[in-house]
Amino acid sequence: MSKCLETKFNEILFKNPVIPASGTFGFGREYEAFYDLAKLGGLCSKGLTLEPKSGNTGMRLWETPAGLMNSIGLENPGIDAFIENEWPHLKEIDTVTIVNVGGKDEESYLTAIKKLNAIDAQLIELNISCPNVKAGGMAYGIKAETAGEITRKVVELSRHPIMVKLSPNGEAVADIARACEDAGAQGISLINTLQGMAIDYKKKALVFDNLYAGLSGPAVKPIALRMTHQVCQAVAIPVMAMGGISDWKDALEFIMAGATCVQIGTINFNNPMAPIEIIAGLETYCINEGLANIGQVRGIV
Amino acid sequence: MAVILSNTLVSAGIFKMTVAFTGAVKPGQFFMLRAWDKDPLLSRPISVHNYESGQLTFLYQVVGKGTEILARLQADDEVTIQGPYGNGFPEITGDLCVVGGGIGTAPLYYLARHYREQNPTGKCRIYLGFRDSAYGVDAFEALADEMILDVGGIITNKLVVLASETVVTCGPEIMMETVAKTVPADNTVYVSLEAHMACGIGACLGCSCETRSGNKKVCKDGPVFVREEVFNV
Repeated sequence: MSKCLETKFNEILFKNPVIPASGTFGFGREYEAFYDLAKLGGLCSKGLTLEPKSGNTGMRLWETPAGLMNSIGLENPGIDAFIENEWPHLKEIDTVTIVNVGGKDEESYLTAIKKLNAIDAQLIELNISCPNVKAGGMAYGIKAETAGEITRKVVELSRHPIMVKLSPNGEAVADIARACEDAGAQGISLINTLQGMAIDYKKKALVFDNLYAGLSGPAVKPIALRMTHQVCQAVAIPVMAMGGISDWKDALEFIMAGATCVQIGTINFNNPMAPIEIIAGLETYCINEGLANIGQVRGIV
Repeated sequence: MAVILSNTLVSAGIFKMTVAFTGAVKPGQFFMLRAWDKDPLLSRPISVHNYESGQLTFLYQVVGKGTEILARLQADDEVTIQGPYGNGFPEITGDLCVVGGGIGTAPLYYLARHYREQNPTGKCRIYLGFRDSAYGVDAFEALADEMILDVGGIITNKLVVLASETVVTCGPEIMMETVAKTVPADNTVYVSLEAHMACGIGACLGCSCETRSGNKKVCKDGPVFVREEVFNV
């Protein structure tokens, strides 16, 4: 494998800039039947919370044109069970492992972060943007001031680098990104899902028990690309971008908008091989364009 | 990609698609099908109706955009199939009682056929219920020692289970719940659940269902469960 896709995200070396996104990839095990996870630049865990969560009741999935609404509600085994059952497996994979963590209040964030100090994750993705549960932290993520406050406390406590995952549902996203950078975040990821709503007219009822849900998939890509561009213009720390990326061309657009790495989310559901195909497509692009490294086109627009 | 051998209308809104496939497939498993780009976004989980000599058959109901597209496909067209996924039915010994409702009869044909091959002396009784019109009945009848059919009524009203029988049911949830709650406790009852799915492989948690041992994934831990796991019986 050539080094044309090698990417540094601060001091962390990714063999390529392609990372399956949190919530679309479990803890990786389900995709091992399809390919060797070591081919990935990294992988991002399902969103974890301090306590186990059984997730939302009722309908959890609803399709829109080229989009998917979800109301999973952060179903996860909790930090302790993750460290005991999933981490031993994840840490053996020769790729960058990112642990995604959310919380319902400051104490739950900080306790979770403290527990994660016991493992050697390479990067923590701080989820202050899950729209589907009160415990998802979106209350912190929609205002620059509160986003900065929680980030500062987490950064102080964590022995890992912190990348803050931003919501598209709040104040100007560039302002929130700047507040996180000022608070010591070492990276930004975006976007989490866009809050949306679905009504079943036949049943005259809400589709989701939780009222609103998160929209992802190709339908959101133009918004994600715009927000990525705005954030990359606003901060000096690296950005990991996502939102509707379904092939290498989409991934390249986000890199051209300034993203250092890209996360691959909803498309994993249609095509489990998508991240591998995206890596191959980016590599071919570099060869065809005579690029020594993909970084040469980063932020060129 | 799989090549479609045939795709025909069986009854109002019900289609049968046969594709070429090689590989092991258990009764009760399903495939994720798609024949479109990004709209609809997700693939459609469709259970295996039959699998014999390299021919994989799906019996499906047209309920929305995805299945409408599937229904328009013709012989020699290609369809993307991923799978087989799911646990499938366990091997059943002793006698078998099948209870199917509507399109829920789809996976039960392969099950009954497989059971017949594995248990030449076993007794197989089949209950099928349909709301408007029956389909696929002749094929089931060829496998059954006794066949009980109901159209427009409630099939479970006719259900009498023998002590020697393992019961397998698939159909509307209310039907499966009735089977789960009325069959004597000494009989083993397997139910095959349906759910909206995104990935089909256990990653998205879109099809989580509550069980007595915590949340399970219909796609990966199921779709087949023993009744006690998923119904309060």
